[in-house]
Amino acid sequence: MTRYVLRRAVHAAFLLLGVSLLTFLFSALAPGRYFDEMKMNPQIAPETIAALRAQYGVDQPLPMRYARWLDGLVRGDLGFSFAYNAPVGPMLRVRAANTLLLTTIAMLFAWGFALPLGIWSAEREGRWPDHLVTAATAALFIVPDLVLALGLLLFAVHSGWFPAGGMAAVGAESLSWTARGRDYVLHLALPVAALVLGTCPMLVRHVRAAILDVLDSGFIRAARGHGISRRRLLFCYALRAATNPLLSLFGLSLGTLLSGSLIIEVVMSWPGLGPFLLEAILARDLYVVIGGVLLSTVFLVGGNLAADLLLYWADPRIRAERV
Amino acid sequence: MKLPRNLRAWITVLVAMHAVIACAGFFAPYDPAEQDREHPYAPPSAIHFRDASGSVHSRPFVYTLRLEAGSVDHYEEDTLASSPIEFFVTGARYRLLGIVPCSRHLFGAGGTRVALLGTDGYGRDQFSRLLWGGQISLLAGLVATALALTCGLLVGATAGFRGGWTDEILMRLAELFLALPWLYLLFAVRAFLPLTVSPLEAFFLVAGVVGMVGWARPARLVRGVVLSAKERDFVRAARGFGASGIYILRRHILPQTASVLLTQAAILAPQFVLAEVTLSFLGLGVPEPAPSWGNLLANLQQYSVLTSYWWMLIPALALTPFFLGYLGLASALQRWADPSKMEAVGPGAWR
Repeated sequence: MTRYVLRRAVHAAFLLLGVSLLTFLFSALAPGRYFDEMKMNPQIAPETIAALRAQYGVDQPLPMRYARWLDGLVRGDLGFSFAYNAPVGPMLRVRAANTLLLTTIAMLFAWGFALPLGIWSAEREGRWPDHLVTAATAALFIVPDLVLALGLLLFAVHSGWFPAGGMAAVGAESLSWTARGRDYVLHLALPVAALVLGTCPMLVRHVRAAILDVLDSGFIRAARGHGISRRRLLFCYALRAATNPLLSLFGLSLGTLLSGSLIIEVVMSWPGLGPFLLEAILARDLYVVIGGVLLSTVFLVGGNLAADLLLYWADPRIRAERV
Repeated sequence: MKLPRNLRAWITVLVAMHAVIACAGFFAPYDPAEQDREHPYAPPSAIHFRDASGSVHSRPFVYTLRLEAGSVDHYEEDTLASSPIEFFVTGARYRLLGIVPCSRHLFGAGGTRVALLGTDGYGRDQFSRLLWGGQISLLAGLVATALALTCGLLVGATAGFRGGWTDEILMRLAELFLALPWLYLLFAVRAFLPLTVSPLEAFFLVAGVVGMVGWARPARLVRGVVLSAKERDFVRAARGFGASGIYILRRHILPQTASVLLTQAAILAPQFVLAEVTLSFLGLGVPEPAPSWGNLLANLQQYSVLTSYWWMLIPALALTPFFLGYLGLASALQRWADPSKMEAVGPGAWR
């Protein structure tokens, strides 16, 4: 067990290191620098700019910068934002918490819908519930997240039932806690809905395929021959046997969720990583971009690691194979 | 080779849709950059058959719009000034398929401008911009797909065929690209490239970035196919006869990757089109005045546009028929390539 966990963790750590190196290399290729704009300004002396560059450490060669940044990273320091003139870490933490909140809730809902729907349509394969679910997922498949988010926003604006974007109403701090909770839920509803609608079709299809795969196998037919009830067959036998592909799917769906939430956050002005990252890209705020991208990788790699460990716990075949 | 019927049907549908976009100049009544400052944010033109006096005309017509008194964006129809819709009219010059100079348009209205999908803040015809924008968005997506598949094929074939440490290094690199959420990766690569560029540069930039970011998955799939193909008996036999590595790769192994590449193309193309749309929507892609499906939607980021001018959202719906076409094509291809796998899970496993 420990060996398996260690191996997965080391693998994840190397992956993160690689991604950080990759982003750093990309940033080195970048033609524009934050301080370039200052060069155009006759009011700022070249010496000032040089001093600023030295202060932020951007005048040093790439390997040095990378080493310094890694050194800081170990101590939880993600570098310094040029645009905000503040450490990146705390700012990213607030935004990342908002993104995590949104994606976690959306993930719960998406799986909550996808599992029963997928099982239902797999069990009634070729009959009308199956066709209904397949048609519905296909219809949602072809609507991109961006369009979904815009459509929901339009709906919010015209119906007036939901706030159009943001995370809290103006002056929400002064409300009583029940009213504040309600306000919060209302603000969450649309981004979560967009994210769930965007992820669900893919999940449903994979769940359906995984269950169908199991239902085809010999031991299910044997169990059915023994007269085991349909419900027991489905939930105790098929679902249990399908844990392996489903847990892999869980890891896979995280990437979809994170990418989806990026665009939905921007459209619905949810103060998460998405708008922050976009702003940083437009301002050429190097360390914010690197930090944001790295943080998203941490989520994804962490989620995959969790899926791997769950798989180890759920699937005896892996335990037998890897110990 | 006889293709299955549903595959042929999807190919026909897709070719037809792309043909319409490719001939945007003919189907669009106006030049996409042509402004009409008199009519900003005009709603979609109402096509009439019955005039104000109640008599029915065989030829549809539109009324000239004029601003309501005291308003800046509310229009009323001038029932005295009607212009019939005409077909095959001469209008703005364009190049058909980018080559043939031409000035004939499918339709137009004599006395006024007919805006099937309304106009934007500069009074530009949204319908024309939608069609012309499709050229940029679809082409960017297709170029990116070709790029990603070429890179994927090269890397995957090298890794699978050479094996050993080459394989190890290339696949670790692919793993790195797959470890990042796709849109974040796209952002990261885009972040470090120039922000303000001309539309043409932006087009190649976007296609290049998207293609560069998307090579990893095809590479892994191609590698798998090559690995198994390498061990087939006829390949070994060819090797035994003294065939060179390049010959075996070209003659025996690469043809086997065709079905994987085709299916991947059908899955990746809509995603890459969407990537262009997303980037342009956020102002990181193709800039104005060149139309693209992404920057047509960018206006909607303004709250006032979203609340007052609903027709600005219509271009968003243009994506869906193309996505449907590619989805159908992908599952038909999957079924054709691997009939045992009747249940095609479909694309969208990663976005």
